[in-house]
Amino acid sequence: MTDLLQLTIYGIVLGSVFALGAVGLSLVYAILRFPHFAHGDFMTLGAYISLAVVTTFGVPPIIALPFGAAGAVLFAIAVDQTIYRRLRKTQPVILLISSVGTALILRALLQMIFGSETQVYQSGIQMPIRFGDIRVKPAHFMIVGVAAFLVLALHLFLQKTRVGKAMRAMSDNRDLAQVTGISVDRIVIWTWAIGIALAATAGVLLGMDTRLHPTMGWNILLPVFAAAILGGIGSPYGAIAGGLVIGIVQEWSTMVISPAYKPAVSFAIMVVMLLVRPTGLFAGRKV
Amino acid sequence: MGMGGLETYAVFFLTSVGIYAIVCLALNVQWGLSGQFNFGIVAFYALGAYTSAILTGPDSGGTYLGGFGLPLPIGLIGGMIVAGLLGLFIGLVCLNLRADYLAIATIGIAEIVRLFLKNEAWLTNGVRGIPGIPRPFFDSGYFELAYLALVLVLVVLVYLAIERARKAPWGRVLRAIRENEDTAAAAGKDVVGFRIQAFVFGAAIMGLAGGLYAHFIGFISSEAFMPEVGTFLIWVMLIAGGSGNNKGAILGALVIWIIWSGSEFIISQVLPASLTTQAGALRLLLIGVLLQVILLTRPAGLLSEERLYRTGRTAQADPKAHRREVR
Repeated sequence: MTDLLQLTIYGIVLGSVFALGAVGLSLVYAILRFPHFAHGDFMTLGAYISLAVVTTFGVPPIIALPFGAAGAVLFAIAVDQTIYRRLRKTQPVILLISSVGTALILRALLQMIFGSETQVYQSGIQMPIRFGDIRVKPAHFMIVGVAAFLVLALHLFLQKTRVGKAMRAMSDNRDLAQVTGISVDRIVIWTWAIGIALAATAGVLLGMDTRLHPTMGWNILLPVFAAAILGGIGSPYGAIAGGLVIGIVQEWSTMVISPAYKPAVSFAIMVVMLLVRPTGLFAGRKV
Repeated sequence: MGMGGLETYAVFFLTSVGIYAIVCLALNVQWGLSGQFNFGIVAFYALGAYTSAILTGPDSGGTYLGGFGLPLPIGLIGGMIVAGLLGLFIGLVCLNLRADYLAIATIGIAEIVRLFLKNEAWLTNGVRGIPGIPRPFFDSGYFELAYLALVLVLVVLVYLAIERARKAPWGRVLRAIRENEDTAAAAGKDVVGFRIQAFVFGAAIMGLAGGLYAHFIGFISSEAFMPEVGTFLIWVMLIAGGSGNNKGAILGALVIWIIWSGSEFIISQVLPASLTTQAGALRLLLIGVLLQVILLTRPAGLLSEERLYRTGRTAQADPKAHRREVR
């Protein structure tokens, strides 16, 4: 029982990271109409820019986080304007392949600048807080807290602001949204800004919990996709739920199978979902 | 042997190109011919390599499965069958998914296969790998040349088989399904059935290439099968050569392998020894940039697909042809 509870806590922490990644992936998918395979590597980019800020100025990672997010967003918009924009007229599969190219470029650059060994934001051991037999690291509170805050902020943004409403309109029906005078180019920029900022934040939070590595984002791309599909592509609320479910089930699975096969668990959930209910839990975009 | 360094290198180079050309032709059956997105190429390649190594290899003393000592053709055919079975499994489960979902699903399968090969040491010896894979014609003293001849013969055979399949009614149905699935279904074609056939066909040929690689190098481990080279470099080759065109697939394998191995040579000359660990990253950067440049400047590749009908336009040449999938 204690084990189950402890694993559930780890699952919620990991699920919060997945959820932040999946929300952005889902938004980009809904508005730009292609699965953005570089999303995980933008998580890594955010984490490493923050690392540079942490080591240069000696500030805690949470202060460096906005800089990491801003840097990743600028890079994403630059890639969009130089590459993706020119490919938008072609079939979405070409954009998909191009995003793999972006992923390789990002990973290679990070490896060349920061090296391929694992790094940490702060050395030393974090003392876990004990609740009976359950242990929780202070970073875990931070991760769940930041994720919850951002999810709430995103909710208000999508419901209350003009841009948020326009984004929802575009994800529902692009042509109709365009007819009503919504500027597609502007919404695309906003989509990258929000999606990549959330991804970069997820990367920093993951780095705070564990360590930084050039392949960290690529490695969690599969559960992040699984979360977005489970929740229903295009549904931000679904992505959050999907992230938490994938995170918790992955941790629970370690009671039954080898932890080495954790990615296989999220994959299995994803495939079953695609077969049984391809629109996802929250019925996002039509498949 | 009697071969100088340059000749040895040329033979090694051409054998590698031949093996990649076979994988590229196989991907062309799945993507070029029938528009199915396989992002897990390395999984089929690795399964072919491991199966052939285990079937033909010497006794391991019980640390991992092996010691069957079967002849080379049995090993290669076994590799094709196992890779084909994985293709059949994916086909039955995923092939009615949309192209982009299939891409995600095949990346997942490849990841699981990689984890399996790395962790199930009783079968594969894990990260330590399988040594001593038999190299045919080795006793003759002309292993390299004889093996190159074998690979080239197989490239020609695979090319002829795929080219024939492409021109046959079977290939026309596949392209019809690729262009417009609903019309093909309305014409009474079993869309999913044809797709599965093409996917399994391609998967089995990828398995063959994997087996050829194992017997060429003589040693395999789970580290040798990373997606950067095993999957994405192949995609760059096919897109550069011209997807849908079998000659393009072979040309792409040759051109990109020249750039890829040339970059290794140049980087090793330019970078100081202290920075050699950066060489891998630099080459990764190169594939990424190369991919983007090709997509932006020559999306149809060096050789574009031959037109299906005189006035018809193909998916590769005409981006709008697949618009229906976007909606």
